[in-house]
Amino acid sequence: MDLNLDAPHSMGTTIIGVTYNGGVVLGADSRTSTGMYVANRASDKITQLTDNVYVCRSGSAADSQVVSDYVRYFLHQHTIQLGQPATVKVSANLIRMLAYNNKNMLQTGLIVGGWDKYEGGKIYGIPLGGTVVEQPFAIGGSGSSYLYGFFDQAWKENMTKEEAEQLVVKAVSLAIARDGASGGVVRTVIINSEGVTRNFYPGDKLQLWHEELEPQNSLLDILNAAGPEPMAI
Amino acid sequence: MTFTIPIDNGDALKNAETDSQRTLYPYVTGTSIVAIKYKEGVLMASDMGGSYGSTLRYKNIERVKAIGKHSLLGASGEISDFQEILRYLDELVLNDNMWDDGNSLGPKEVHNYLTRVMYNRRNKFNPLWNTLVLGGVKNGQSYLGMVSMIGVSFEDNHVATGFGNHLARPILRDEWHADLSFEDGVKLLEKCMRVLLYRDRSAINKLQISKITEEGVTVSQPYSLKTFWEFQAFHNPTAGAQGSW
Repeated sequence: MDLNLDAPHSMGTTIIGVTYNGGVVLGADSRTSTGMYVANRASDKITQLTDNVYVCRSGSAADSQVVSDYVRYFLHQHTIQLGQPATVKVSANLIRMLAYNNKNMLQTGLIVGGWDKYEGGKIYGIPLGGTVVEQPFAIGGSGSSYLYGFFDQAWKENMTKEEAEQLVVKAVSLAIARDGASGGVVRTVIINSEGVTRNFYPGDKLQLWHEELEPQNSLLDILNAAGPEPMAI
Repeated sequence: MTFTIPIDNGDALKNAETDSQRTLYPYVTGTSIVAIKYKEGVLMASDMGGSYGSTLRYKNIERVKAIGKHSLLGASGEISDFQEILRYLDELVLNDNMWDDGNSLGPKEVHNYLTRVMYNRRNKFNPLWNTLVLGGVKNGQSYLGMVSMIGVSFEDNHVATGFGNHLARPILRDEWHADLSFEDGVKLLEKCMRVLLYRDRSAINKLQISKITEEGVTVSQPYSLKTFWEFQAFHNPTAGAQGSW
């Protein structure tokens, strides 16, 4: 079996950021892999940069951690100097600065999402290379390949907070079903004018997809619960 | 296409340092830009796609931007490098305005600046992975030029980048003439863009046509072109086939 334990930690990942009427919802899976081995099955890929701005990390775990750490540090100083919360756009541009200037060495795709009083809820996608793209919704990571068609069909403008979160959870769950590099639980972070809410959706809280079965404790439960004896009256 | 000089002494760590200042390959790319001079100035067409390898990942990228008062810059190639070029030009235009002397950078000056930037990066083996189209009008004079990622720079009456080089330029050579009206110019560009839509895998059907005249810059709203599929030959091409063809 190919268990290359020396392979770099990579977050295969599915990450999503979606704007809604009043804020943003960020979502991610929780699998970190080292080659074929799952190094962490309950990682938290949605990382805080400031009170009102979070980032979804994908690609190399180390690269994404170090980039967020630097940006958190810069934003902390920036907030002190500015005297008020940093905007989502500034956060995205700081990430871009690191991603672009170190493009030869970094292998991380990021989705920055947050809420500020000037622009409301905003999502910025920052893929490999350091391009910044402001989008109404963004998907990233290896699992996102399976979601382009899904979002083309399911996305609509001006969703409510509940609709947006349900869409994100459904999408991450669908990606986990097909992407070997994504798995574990679905984490979401909702950011709006009122603040930040973190949610956690383990496998049993998600709906079942094609060829997935209801989880059981044991085969014995199925056998014991078997139907009535044939020809019993 | 990659820019690498193989140094194989097996020491990946040492190589990483010497290679750290070299761009190897693009990630998010824009496809062709097509531009022509016409009676009142310059028209430039581009689609709004940003491809990530073979995936058509981004469908709302503006690849043509106004520069100062007199120029229009279109870019194909790596989008992050285009964004960086826009930052350089922003600083250039800002410093130009700070003189507050009534003078402003014309398209010829901007084209020259870009040529120097692109060529110097090429010399350091760290190119900005773009082909740029610079069009503009100043004091009644129309200008249209192009710079590639290796610093090749020239002016012409009509230009095209990427696939457009192969598909659009023959059309332009045949059908372009001096003093095209706006309507004829747009129709000519649309003819080129339609062919690119049929034949360029990285083209998407969402384009913008930008215009620059003495009055200023106008960028059209995004729109889609109709395509034609009703050739008899398309309906049932394998009707008389022996096997697969």
